[in-house]
Amino acid sequence: MKTCLIVDDSRVIRKVARQIFESIGYACTEAEDGKVALDACKTVLPQFVLLDWNMPVMNGLEFLRALRQLPGGDKPSVVFCTTENDLNHIQEALGAGANEYIMKPFDADIIRGKLEQLGLLD
Amino acid sequence: MKQEDFDLLSTLVRQRSGLVLTPEKAYLLESRLFPVARKHNMKSLEDLAQALRARRDETLMFDITEAMTTNESFFFRDQKPFTLFQKTILPQMLAARAAKKHLRIWSAAASSGQEAYSLAMVCAEEAAKLQGWKIDIIGTDLSREMVNRAKAGIYSQFEVQRGLPVTYLVKYFTQIAGDKWQIKDNIRQMVQYREANLLADFGPIGSFDIVYCRNVLIYFDLPTKGKVLNAIGNIMTPDGFLLLGGAETVLGVCDRFKPMPGEHGLYCLSAAYPQGVKAVG
Ligand SMILES: C[S@@+](CC[C@H](N)C(=O)[O-])C[C@H]1O[C@@H](n2cnc3c(N)ncnc32)[C@H](O)[C@@H]1O
Repeated sequence: MKTCLIVDDSRVIRKVARQIFESIGYACTEAEDGKVALDACKTVLPQFVLLDWNMPVMNGLEFLRALRQLPGGDKPSVVFCTTENDLNHIQEALGAGANEYIMKPFDADIIRGKLEQLGLLD
Repeated sequence: MKQEDFDLLSTLVRQRSGLVLTPEKAYLLESRLFPVARKHNMKSLEDLAQALRARRDETLMFDITEAMTTNESFFFRDQKPFTLFQKTILPQMLAARAAKKHLRIWSAAASSGQEAYSLAMVCAEEAAKLQGWKIDIIGTDLSREMVNRAKAGIYSQFEVQRGLPVTYLVKYFTQIAGDKWQIKDNIRQMVQYREANLLADFGPIGSFDIVYCRNVLIYFDLPTKGKVLNAIGNIMTPDGFLLLGGAETVLGVCDRFKPMPGEHGLYCLSAAYPQGVKAVG
């Protein structure tokens, strides 16, 4: 089963995202900030990470940079999912190794479309 | 809605756009035509029907037809038709037109422009191979409102996230307001949009090497599908390609075209490509 780590400080968003990912056959784990997510990744790397930007303790960008340094940390597809919707943020995210970028609000179609582009939907 | 009003309005729409409205779709007529009635200072669909019986008001008939079109579209819709364009159709056509270095592409129900701009972006990606080439991309639609939207090339945050890879957003769009993005001039200038009805004589539109006619035939009845496909066949180059939407086919509709084996949604004229075409690279 494909695995997805959902990183967002909002419990509501995690729940919505989880429902979407489970409906397309992903096993999901959740993290409420970048630090928790990074610890999880040190134990086992997911195939896919849905990543919020602004979070307490460690933000999404810091998490992503740290993830890409881990052994095998270049493998997971990371898609930002954030209210930050300006070109600068998008470019910064891509520069740090994000594979895709979703500007909130999102819906199931947008997530499915991005997964399809990344070849992660079947 | 009264049966005779439904009949009058649905017949008008069908004659003008090809759209088939069955009686179960009466609610669609009501919800979409109510704003048209209001715009023309009428209170109800009954008044609208009455006005049409009294006088064949061209503007009113145009507005009704336009209001009944379904304009949903997104960038790189279904992906496959655009991968096919990049990997198979374009290389094949570059070889076939090497002497002329001129290609003409038609997005035949262009709606708000995403299909034609997607093709233009692929051409921009392939710019190195297209040095010295002239590529015409024409987008047409029955809806004036959609043609104007397509020309403006301005899309909501929601629209630029449906199907469009973020790298293309960064490369080919400018953010003009927090949640509005506009396609860049270099891409916009590659496409010409104009109003045209697929049911009418295409006029001096010229001939096309590649035709995308996607997600519009589904609304038509069988004879109309056949008529439109036949008309498209008339303006295609003998080795040209036709792409239809996921729920559309030529089979049992028009024998001038045949499906390309193994490539869902891709068609060529029946006499062309006895050996088929191969993906390159
Ligand atoms: C669902 S959209 C398809 C857009 C695009 N081709 C795609 O696949 O995403 C259908 C479009 O066909 C247009 N249309 C409907 N009937 C037409 C006709 N008779 N002639 C030209 N365009 C028509 C509508 O205005 C609408 O914009």
